[in-house]
Amino acid sequence: MAIAAALVVFLPLLAAAIAGFFGRTIGDRFSQVVTCGALLAAMALGILVFRGILAQSGPQVVPIANWITAGGVDVDWSLRLDTLSGVMILVVTTVSAMVHIYSIGYMAHDPGIPRFMSYLSLFTFFMLMLVTANNFVQLFFGWEGVGLCSYLLIGFWYDRPSADAAAIKAFIVNRVGDFGFALGIFAVFVIFGSLDFDTVFGKAPAAVNTVMNFLGWQVPALTLACILLFVGAMGKSAQIGLHTWLPDAMEGPTPVSALIHAATMVTAGVYMVARLSPMFEYAPSALAFVGVIGGTTAVFAASVGMAQNDIKRVIAYSTCSQLGYMFFAAGVSAYAAAMFHLFTHAFFKALLFLAAGSVIHAMSGEQDMRRMGGLWRKIPITYAIMWIGSLSLAGIPFFSGFYSKDSILNAAWASGTAVGRYSYTLGVFTAFLTAFYSWRLLIMTFHGKTHADEETLHHVHESPWVMLAPLFVLAAGAIVAGYLAEEYFVGAGRGEFWQHAILVLPAHDSLAKAESLTGVILFLPLIAGVLGIATAYLCYSIEPDIPARLAMQYRALYLFLLNKWYFDELYDRLFVRTAFTLGDGLWKTGDGTIIDGFGPDGIAAATRELAREASRLQTGYVYHYAFAMLIGVVALVTWYLLPR
Amino acid sequence: MAIGLAHYLAVAAILFTTGVFGIFLNRKNVIIIMMSIELMLLAVNINFVAFSVVLHDLAGQIFAMFVLTVAAAESAIGLAILVVYFRNRGTIEVEDIHMMRG
Repeated sequence: MAIAAALVVFLPLLAAAIAGFFGRTIGDRFSQVVTCGALLAAMALGILVFRGILAQSGPQVVPIANWITAGGVDVDWSLRLDTLSGVMILVVTTVSAMVHIYSIGYMAHDPGIPRFMSYLSLFTFFMLMLVTANNFVQLFFGWEGVGLCSYLLIGFWYDRPSADAAAIKAFIVNRVGDFGFALGIFAVFVIFGSLDFDTVFGKAPAAVNTVMNFLGWQVPALTLACILLFVGAMGKSAQIGLHTWLPDAMEGPTPVSALIHAATMVTAGVYMVARLSPMFEYAPSALAFVGVIGGTTAVFAASVGMAQNDIKRVIAYSTCSQLGYMFFAAGVSAYAAAMFHLFTHAFFKALLFLAAGSVIHAMSGEQDMRRMGGLWRKIPITYAIMWIGSLSLAGIPFFSGFYSKDSILNAAWASGTAVGRYSYTLGVFTAFLTAFYSWRLLIMTFHGKTHADEETLHHVHESPWVMLAPLFVLAAGAIVAGYLAEEYFVGAGRGEFWQHAILVLPAHDSLAKAESLTGVILFLPLIAGVLGIATAYLCYSIEPDIPARLAMQYRALYLFLLNKWYFDELYDRLFVRTAFTLGDGLWKTGDGTIIDGFGPDGIAAATRELAREASRLQTGYVYHYAFAMLIGVVALVTWYLLPR
Repeated sequence: MAIGLAHYLAVAAILFTTGVFGIFLNRKNVIIIMMSIELMLLAVNINFVAFSVVLHDLAGQIFAMFVLTVAAAESAIGLAILVVYFRNRGTIEVEDIHMMRG
């Protein structure tokens, strides 16, 4: 199993290297074959590894090499195989393989195919490194690696200024989060003197009452470390405050949005919180913070998603919102439910994105839903796929989203804490909004009268099989994954399934408490979802003028939502302009006036002035030179003749 | 009154000084500068000859001959340059010759 696990991780790297370095020589077709082949092999081996993990007891660590040995820091390259990393390996390899195959069709007319495939495979490698890390440093390595690949892929169409701007934005916003993450790692090292997961987790209970100095305050050390690490997760998982990059990241090709910005990379934050559950469990304040942020993000992103018109942006905000669900599940110690939702969400959100990509492909690149409509007859398979994804997202029974979302909301209610109640209330409301914007998307895209122009409409065609086949695989996941996996992830078998990968203190075990829930609470999320669907039908199908009238009547609210709560404008005022002003000042005053003025430019100007004065001695008149020579001779002769 | 060495030297000094002042007080004509140079060389020659007689050493007079030869050659070259210069610039006024001004 050790070899299989190593192959799972390093096959994508090998494929990325081949396609990346030799792409021009071996050509487009072979690059696609190499990367897709490697990913399919990794997927098959990933399933094998996952089965192996389930069969074993306790985590297995596959050592690869020693990395850093410096004083007290001892860091190894290794693969940690337990249920948590197993689930992630399964999700990452499956979705990645599907997206690789889909990309063959989607990127068929692109001139940069080898580069694209290489980046995708490289991303998969980094993501697998991240999830199999056995210490904080390797986690950080994978964390930064996926960030890099995200940057490269968002800016894949580098000749579009908007893509470049989005890539830079994603990179910079993630830097803010990563700064917190790095500080968190330092804090962990200060507290525990080690960066190895097992050592840190073993010492965590004893560290509950330690305090450390942070910016002059004495703060509980463990809580501080957890919150700093969570700031990293907020950046990577686009939680409120650090979410602004995710919608812009949709500038990248759609397969990228599906793989990186829906299914895998953005869920790294959730994985990290679940992985570090033995630390977070002993830092209840940090957990409460996680819960509040998660709940707020869920409702915030869903509300913004309602008012967006770009098909990919709607799904992007939906992703943001679903990540909020996962975080508030983690916030009420229902890590298993968070991982369950991560698992199902990976399928149905990748499915939604790829289906949206199929629509965009059919519409010759059009992404604005206002210029779609009435497409369902022309692209029926994509339409059906979109339905499956939306049903799953809205939490309609027996689709996978239903099981995971319900387990999260039930756990939030059952936890009985103030944070749990807060998250639950917002979560149910979010379920309503989620269903609403999903059906808004469906109706605007596929139903009603078409708003596309003749030219585009004429070209609308169902996607090729190479794009549809991955959709079927993911659709199967979106339908049955929840039903099949519920028992193991959050049901009665969860103790045996997770073993020691996730630690939940008995007092916090909200999933256990949720089992005794009865009555209307269990049905509230479903009722909210159905209501949302009904409202969407009412607003967009039966009475299509309602949205416009509402937008007129509550113009301020509508603009507030349309402009994404003015986060971008706020950040622009607060940070971007300030930075520009500061930079401008330092450039013009600091560098230009002071340093250049007294430095190079000043010296040069003084020299030139001196030379100009000196050159005035050279009149060019012969008699002046003759006079000077005479004076000189007289002076010299006088000097020698003077008695000394 | 016997004419002694001091008289010769005085005449030479006056000639030399006249030459020097001729060079840098003259604002009009390059030819005058050349004449001034001749005057100075002449003053030197007078010194040579005077000292040669007083010291009974013929080397001074031989040197005077050399100086005369060199002065003649120099005048020839100078005048030739002057002619070419006049052709190029249409003037030989000293005031106008200042291409080397900084």
